[in-house]
Amino acid sequence: MLELRNIDTYYGNIQALHQIDLTVEAGEIITLIGANGAGKSTTLMSISGISPPRSGEIIFKGKPIHELPANKIVTLGISQVPEGRHIFPELTVAENLDMGAFLRNDKRGIADDLEYLYDLFPILRKRRNQPGGNLSGGEQQMLAISRALMAHPQLLLLDEPSMGLAPLVTKQIFEIIEKINREQNTTIFLVEQNANLALQIAHRGYVLENGRITMHDQADKLLANKDVQKAYLGI
Amino acid sequence: MLSFKDIRQGLLVALWFIFLTFPLLVIKINPIENSVNWRWLNMVYVGSFSFLIYLITRMVMARKLERQKKIKLGLVKEKVAWSIKLFSQPRLYLPLLAAVAVFFLLFPGLFSTYQVNIMITALMYVVLGLGLNIVVGVAGLLDLGYVAFYAVGAYTYALLNMHFGLGFWTVLPIGGVLGAIFGILLGIPVLRLRGDYLAIVTLGFGEIIRLILENWSSFSHGPSGISNISRPGFFGIELSLEMSIVYMYYLTVLMVLFTIFVVNRLQDSRIGRAWFALKEDEIACQAMGIDKMKTKLTAFSLGATWAGMAGVMFAAKTTFINPASFTFLESAIILCIVVLGGMGSIVGVIVGALVLILMPEYLRAFSDYRMLAFGAILVVMMIFRPQGIIATLRRTYTVKGDLE
Ligand SMILES: Nc1ncnc2c1ncn2[C@@H]1O[C@H](COP(=O)(O)OP(=O)(O)OP(=O)(O)O)[C@@H](O)[C@H]1O
Ligand SMILES: [Mg+2]
Repeated sequence: MLELRNIDTYYGNIQALHQIDLTVEAGEIITLIGANGAGKSTTLMSISGISPPRSGEIIFKGKPIHELPANKIVTLGISQVPEGRHIFPELTVAENLDMGAFLRNDKRGIADDLEYLYDLFPILRKRRNQPGGNLSGGEQQMLAISRALMAHPQLLLLDEPSMGLAPLVTKQIFEIIEKINREQNTTIFLVEQNANLALQIAHRGYVLENGRITMHDQADKLLANKDVQKAYLGI
Repeated sequence: MLSFKDIRQGLLVALWFIFLTFPLLVIKINPIENSVNWRWLNMVYVGSFSFLIYLITRMVMARKLERQKKIKLGLVKEKVAWSIKLFSQPRLYLPLLAAVAVFFLLFPGLFSTYQVNIMITALMYVVLGLGLNIVVGVAGLLDLGYVAFYAVGAYTYALLNMHFGLGFWTVLPIGGVLGAIFGILLGIPVLRLRGDYLAIVTLGFGEIIRLILENWSSFSHGPSGISNISRPGFFGIELSLEMSIVYMYYLTVLMVLFTIFVVNRLQDSRIGRAWFALKEDEIACQAMGIDKMKTKLTAFSLGATWAGMAGVMFAAKTTFINPASFTFLESAIILCIVVLGGMGSIVGVIVGALVLILMPEYLRAFSDYRMLAFGAILVVMMIFRPQGIIATLRRTYTVKGDLE
């Protein structure tokens, strides 16, 4: 579904990604794990066009997208939950969700998706008329995920959904991510610090070190791998 | 309520103001007799006046703090801003609206030509303020060179009228379109910049336009400007000077109404939501598929369109323009209107324009200290009401998917 070939991404003169090769198959959950500053967020930003790569190719459903602007990429069915949630603090929960459907015009479909998400996260329905900034961190993360899903993407890019959340809330969110993948058949690209949890729900995983992919395998094999255990799982 | 510390601080403030105003208010040089006239009494006035003002502000601040404490403890409820209360009840604001409408409709009949002229100027600033409000208040782009587009409109009319004899009604849309084109031309390179950088570049652009007009004499007649610009035609009938001013007045009122209508519609539209969202969080907007550049550019060029049209009206009203009408001070005043009135609020900007433009006219009594009073009022306003005279009543959008 998605293929990255030899991606190099720079911030000014600093090269953040070196020759990234990576594939995502339709319907799977794939995870990218790595230390702080490894370049995980940059990888997602490169895909979504917010920090486009300087060289290399990104192919989505057979079409090159690395030269398209960010808004066109959303139209094609890739939706991103940026790191740190980035909800609109003054807009209400309902308006935040509505912004997610900014590019859509199918009233019926939007209403159905909204219903589905409110059922998925009942707390959002309860708070739909409150400003997004008044929600707790966990609720904001739920809102950010829901907002991205309002675009009805085929591929969802999730950047550290567990950041700053209590273990219980994290677990709840991960269960819902799995559920979305199962029920909506949304392909999920999950970036996580919490490698243990991420590898448990993912089908396959990539390990990123200093802007380079150093390993990739089935998720359970990575979980069992001695090096991964030592470096990322704290075992 | 007032501690010894407050009084001491007040005395220091008074001393500081005496020091600041000393050269202006105390020393008066008489160049004919070559003597200095010391006006010591003024010093006493300044001192006691600033002392009193200081004590009053301390008292107001202290009461405000106390209130906030009580709100925190749940003793009293937070006050809803009066403007929000007013506009949420049609029963309250409809009669007010009707009164305002009647007042503006009858204005030329009730007041002298002189007053009508002042009111036209004020209403033009309402249009300019509402235009800049799209850029600064709604989309959050700090534009310090807004007057450049105003100049583009004014010179469009002056030049087309002089060379080709084109009339007001033909040029009004042309002025708007040229304003928009200049907005887009400047916007494309500049809107990649953020905040302070954007402000500086637009400021520079405003000055460049003014300098071009001042120095390119063969094109714009330089500092001496262009005179004898035709007034707007009234179905081919020659109007007396007085009548044409009244006519200009109603045209301006119409323009204000048209502007309010458009701005109001825009804020409720898709692009209006995108502007608001972009002001809140750019990264999130990009992730939602909002075209950042296009959205900003629309706001910027729409603002410029209105400045262009206001420029055409300005040239038609004064029948004479020169570059001195388009200095940075003008941009600053329009920006003050937006900020003082209440960023993003239509009613706020209207009130702001009327207050800021009419006040100096009626402060002529204090002619020498007019600008001083103007500045003081701005400072005081920003300390006590940073949200502006009329705070924005943020619209809640109806949600596309909500079918209930
Ligand atoms: N806006 C930016 N400007 C300059 N350099 C940046 C910027 N964003 C990231 N970098 C640099 O790029 C590298 C990769 O950063 P990135 O944010 O992709 O890391 P990450 O793997 O997401 O880390 P974390 O787990 O902390 O989120 C880092 O060295 C970082 O310093
Ligand atoms: Mg990151």
